[in-house]
Amino acid sequence: MSAGTTWALIGGCALITAVIKGAGPLALGGRELPSWFSSIVSLMAPALFAALVVTQVLANGRDLAVGADTAGVACAGVAAWRGASVIAVVTVAAVTAAAVRAVT
Amino acid sequence: MSGTFRAGVRAGLPFAVAGAIVATSFGVLARDVGMPAWGAVLMSAIVFAGSAQIAALTILGAGGGLSSALGAAALMNSRFLPMGIAFAPSLPGNPVSRAAQGQAVVDVSLVVAQDGEGGYDRGLLFGSTAIQYTGWVGGTAFGALAGSLIGDPETLGLDAVYPAFFLALMIGELQHDRAKGVAAAGALIALALVPFTPPGVPVLAASLATLIGLMRRGSDRGASR
Repeated sequence: MSAGTTWALIGGCALITAVIKGAGPLALGGRELPSWFSSIVSLMAPALFAALVVTQVLANGRDLAVGADTAGVACAGVAAWRGASVIAVVTVAAVTAAAVRAVT
Repeated sequence: MSGTFRAGVRAGLPFAVAGAIVATSFGVLARDVGMPAWGAVLMSAIVFAGSAQIAALTILGAGGGLSSALGAAALMNSRFLPMGIAFAPSLPGNPVSRAAQGQAVVDVSLVVAQDGEGGYDRGLLFGSTAIQYTGWVGGTAFGALAGSLIGDPETLGLDAVYPAFFLALMIGELQHDRAKGVAAAGALIALALVPFTPPGVPVLAASLATLIGLMRRGSDRGASR
């Protein structure tokens, strides 16, 4: 990768990220928002994280697909559900996915 | 704020360790697509958005153009629009100052920076993001410089770490039936859109599942408290 491409990629990504992250606080901050707002906000985490998990585990680009990572994340889910720490959860995911790849 | 900053650092530490593992595989990916090590570290230091960085480099590595890579990064980051709106009331100051503070919002903030009253605490936000940032940049440097020792991240199962990280974040948020319903709805919306939209859009669209919170607010309030 050329130095020019590297700089353009870094600069472009930095600008895009800053604009997206800044837009909400710039436009809406500094005032009280109505009470219904907080009931939506408190649900942002489950909605976005669930979507991130399924799109990473069950999709490859625009195709739905499963693989060793799916098995790893499934086992990690059991560990997380039983109250394991996040470090234990990601370790279970990696070890399971690596083991499935090693035997297939 | 300094008290909650330190609490934020402590609360963010386990997530920072997990993030550092993801960053290590990003560093290896950067090396594999021919990006110089300094470029990978600089990118993590000033972009600091894991899924966007990974999406952009994956596209460049597959032979895609710079504009496609930047477009993918924008779509992966689009979830920070609703997140920024969620944090907006908790960030004081003039508009420029608020936009600057909004740069600290990362995925983990949604969980770690909650003040327990339906809003967010700035000290927890800045503290948890500071330790997350340290892990992200450090992990990238390790992956980019020591990548040849690590080999193929997939052989080590490191590709399963990132989704598992989000799964751990999500499961901690599922105490109420309403949250479980929203998670299920968000997952279904995202999966339904995967075949029809570019990556990133399904996750942004899943934020619409939070509107369930409006519809069921009256009936659920008594049951969940």
